[in-house]
Amino acid sequence: MMNLSRTADTSAVSARALTVVRGDRTVLRGLDFTVEPGRITGLLGPSGCGKSTLMRAVVGTQTKVTGALDVLGRPAGHPSLRPRVGYVTQAPSVYADLTVRQNLDYFAAVLRPGRAHRAFREEAVSRAIGDVDLTSHADALATALSGGQRSRVSLAVALLGTPELLVLDEPTVGLDPVLRRDLWNLFHTLADDRGTTILVSSHVMDEAERCHRLLLMREGEILADNTPEALRARTGSATVEEAFLHLVDQASVDEAATAPQETSR
Amino acid sequence: MSTDAPALSPARTLATAGRVLRQLRHDPRTIALLLIVPVLMITLLRYVFDADTGTFDAIGASLLGIFPLITMFLVTSIATLRERTSGTLERLLAMPLGKGDLIAGYALAFGAVAVAQSLLATAMSVWVLGLDVVGSPWLLLLVALLDALLGTALGLFVSAFAASEFQAVQFMPAVIFPQLLLCGLFTPRDRMHPVLEAVSDVLPMSYAVDGMNQVLTHTDVTADFYRDILIVAGCALLVLCLGAATLRRRTT
Repeated sequence: MMNLSRTADTSAVSARALTVVRGDRTVLRGLDFTVEPGRITGLLGPSGCGKSTLMRAVVGTQTKVTGALDVLGRPAGHPSLRPRVGYVTQAPSVYADLTVRQNLDYFAAVLRPGRAHRAFREEAVSRAIGDVDLTSHADALATALSGGQRSRVSLAVALLGTPELLVLDEPTVGLDPVLRRDLWNLFHTLADDRGTTILVSSHVMDEAERCHRLLLMREGEILADNTPEALRARTGSATVEEAFLHLVDQASVDEAATAPQETSR
Repeated sequence: MSTDAPALSPARTLATAGRVLRQLRHDPRTIALLLIVPVLMITLLRYVFDADTGTFDAIGASLLGIFPLITMFLVTSIATLRERTSGTLERLLAMPLGKGDLIAGYALAFGAVAVAQSLLATAMSVWVLGLDVVGSPWLLLLVALLDALLGTALGLFVSAFAASEFQAVQFMPAVIFPQLLLCGLFTPRDRMHPVLEAVSDVLPMSYAVDGMNQVLTHTDVTADFYRDILIVAGCALLVLCLGAATLRRRTT
């Protein structure tokens, strides 16, 4: 186990007044939140609420980010973070015209170049393929794989460098229940055994129950930042889904009360 | 952010070049087209000017320089566009890969393809079709390689302005055809309208074609030849740097 007695100052991700503008739209509105190290933090909310933008800001690929955003003790996007943060986009970003192993070989060579690390790379590639359960498909072209398999190749790439922080944008979309369970078991193994911090987004609420902490988002704002148990208790709900709906309704009521004459576009 | 210098790591550059070639290897039809089409076209040209081998010498040599430019332009613009749209570019730039590594990797891989392509086309022209070259055929190859790099550079650059593969392909006539018309292939540049002649003076393909003609008509390496290859190489480098600027780590 990793040392988990770190204080809030050493949180894996900490944001203060995080704001992102895309075009003329403010996608994230002054967010404050932290992500605890070595734990699984779920980022939940309806499509289009800003989950992906928040994740892109954390990995440093989003422009027009204002406010403070620290990742592993450095400003998000700092070059020294690149080998330490793994990122899986919603659409699988792998080369369709390479095999699973060739894909991983290349990304491994980018992470750890040179002949000296060859044995290390081979081991990392085989382990990553095993982690996502694709060993039997290692020599298949990515284009010949199913959508779910391809997104697991994408995940395997992110696991290559044994990153300290893993940012996963809806990694279980389109997967069958067995695979989803297996992947969540993998996430827990990564967090418990390797001390990896995981920030994972989903709009499937039953997955929320498997997170250590939850950030519930709606329209670029964070509605709640708590453990699943505390959320259920606070709202008097049986499930996280109910808790979320309760909070959304409450937010709509509050909005109607405080901002009655917001101009429409 | 553009503050990080496009650092070059030989191992990462080689890994990238290897990856690009490996992708190509899974696409044998493209390889066949890349290698065979120029040979067929130059053969076609030879028999179009069957009664007039002097014209074949003049146009054939120019075409040997133009083929690699056009094909590498197309191949690179599509390949980098795919890299941008598939999310692999974003992934690579979120990893410790320098922009220079990526661009040099592409240039190296497609440069190698261009050498193979030009070897075939030049060998066919000189030894089978009887292209009358006064200078060394190796110099033809050198110009062809520089032209290929220029094509790679231009392709990389325009791919930043194409949102789809349809658009990328349409950049070919937009970027290449004007140069084709003005490079002196159809009529000597000094007989064009003065405005067009001035324009052709700043287009890199004019020097690519002129370099080929220098080799065609001179036994020695002329000063003009040096000027031509320096200009083509300089343009390729400049456009590659512009292309690097279009690779952004942070995007909206």
